[in-house]
Amino acid sequence: MSLAAPDLPAPSPAAAGLRPPPVLRGALPGLGHLLELRRAPIALMQRVRDECGDVGEMRWAGQRVVLLSGEKAQEAFFRAPEEQLDQAAAYPFMKPIFGAGVVFDTSVEQRKQAIKNRSLRDESMRGHAEGIAAETERMAERLGREGTLDLLEFFSELTIYTSSSCLLGREFRDELGPGFAEAYKDLERGTDAFAYVNPHLPLPSFRARDRARARLVAMVSEIIARRERERRETSDLLHVLTRLRKPDGQPRYSADQITGMFIAMMFAGHHTTSGTAAWTLIELLRHPAVLAGVVSELGALYADGREVSYQALREIPSLESAIKEALRLHPPLIVLMRKVMHEFQHGGFRIDAGKLVAVSPAVSNRMPENFPDPERYDPDRYGPGREEDRQSFAWIPFGAGRHRCVGAAFAMMQLKAIFSVLLRGFDFELAQPPESYRNDHSKMVVQLRQPCLVRYRRRGA
Amino acid sequence: MRVKVDFDLCQGHGVCQSEAPEVFGFDADRQQVVLLDERPPESLREKLKAAVRFCPTLALAIEEE
Repeated sequence: MSLAAPDLPAPSPAAAGLRPPPVLRGALPGLGHLLELRRAPIALMQRVRDECGDVGEMRWAGQRVVLLSGEKAQEAFFRAPEEQLDQAAAYPFMKPIFGAGVVFDTSVEQRKQAIKNRSLRDESMRGHAEGIAAETERMAERLGREGTLDLLEFFSELTIYTSSSCLLGREFRDELGPGFAEAYKDLERGTDAFAYVNPHLPLPSFRARDRARARLVAMVSEIIARRERERRETSDLLHVLTRLRKPDGQPRYSADQITGMFIAMMFAGHHTTSGTAAWTLIELLRHPAVLAGVVSELGALYADGREVSYQALREIPSLESAIKEALRLHPPLIVLMRKVMHEFQHGGFRIDAGKLVAVSPAVSNRMPENFPDPERYDPDRYGPGREEDRQSFAWIPFGAGRHRCVGAAFAMMQLKAIFSVLLRGFDFELAQPPESYRNDHSKMVVQLRQPCLVRYRRRGA
Repeated sequence: MRVKVDFDLCQGHGVCQSEAPEVFGFDADRQQVVLLDERPPESLREKLKAAVRFCPTLALAIEEE
């Protein structure tokens, strides 16, 4: 393996007079700041902002990564054209998860196609809302009268069902057992930052990732085989993909490739929604007055017996603010990256092609100049007159610009549906000291650290 | 009033179209909104406010003239 920096092209003459960004202190030979990235990534990025300012450079093994922070620098990042800052090349840890030929993020063209295909367009949301409410009810039935649940496991499993049902089709979802969620978890854990050295190092988490992917391929193959055997009438995406043929009559896609596509389609919406659901509940339980407001709001809205699928598409102001504030303090993606294809300039600095540029939602969402008293959980920030989420290049849990999360509206609807079911059906309480709930930042995909238990009791039981 | 669209941000979700079809259309090639009426009548103000508010990418704004 090589830890050397890639050869960078010489700067263009037009960039004369521009300086390269300052490099953060404390880089180790070969590894740079990689160990700090694995230990405390948010603190590392905050250190870049504190010590270098709006533009500062880190080293992740051989990769030079320039963090842009502050509203102006972030706007420049989000507005840059695709040809200059490329997203697909920036996430090497995703390649072994999706498999050959499946890109990290869809290109702008494919993304527009996805919206055009309507699974995320406004008019599809009603059907999704019904599905999500039904999935949540189904999980809730398993809970019984009272007990303790693990937030990571509960919401990870629930969001596997909701995202597979809405994005891949209900028929496919109904063929999934709990083993699918289990394997998916190992994929998400296989995102160690050591992927910037080499995504195939013999680390236990990388081995578990590869075994989990093989298990998922086997499960999808089994579903395809069972459908063949039972000659079942299906019409979902899996049906379409398995029937496509090459000119020679052979299947167009192998089970491996189809699994890769499904993993990719579900990835962006899974750990993100799962984590946000968990943090919303944790913050509500840490702030009983806010929780009481949300519960009474839900009680009033649903008093007439209306369906969750109806209301989840409409306004639920205090619940929405509670979710937004959980997203601000605990953004599921703590760093967004692009590869510099053509030299990028900002604020008198020159960033050469070949480097990565990054923006950190975790740093941005707590910038005191944009969010007064930034450490405080304060859902009133989003109320009339304040609306701090409308600072579109500072409040960035969903990113911004062309690559802004295409599923943001879907995610908010999903969370509203989930909590409409859970908070009306159950009373919850923390089962651990309030400050003991933490994220695990040892992987690039952030997950809640276990133990993360809450107690519940069914209402009226 | 004047309606402004930031085309760096629009992803073509179509929410504005649902809220105010008189003002917002859809360009199938670019997969983005088209502004049918840049200076809509005052009677549409409430619908426009809803479109601005519910745009998933915050790509819309109303400017007073």
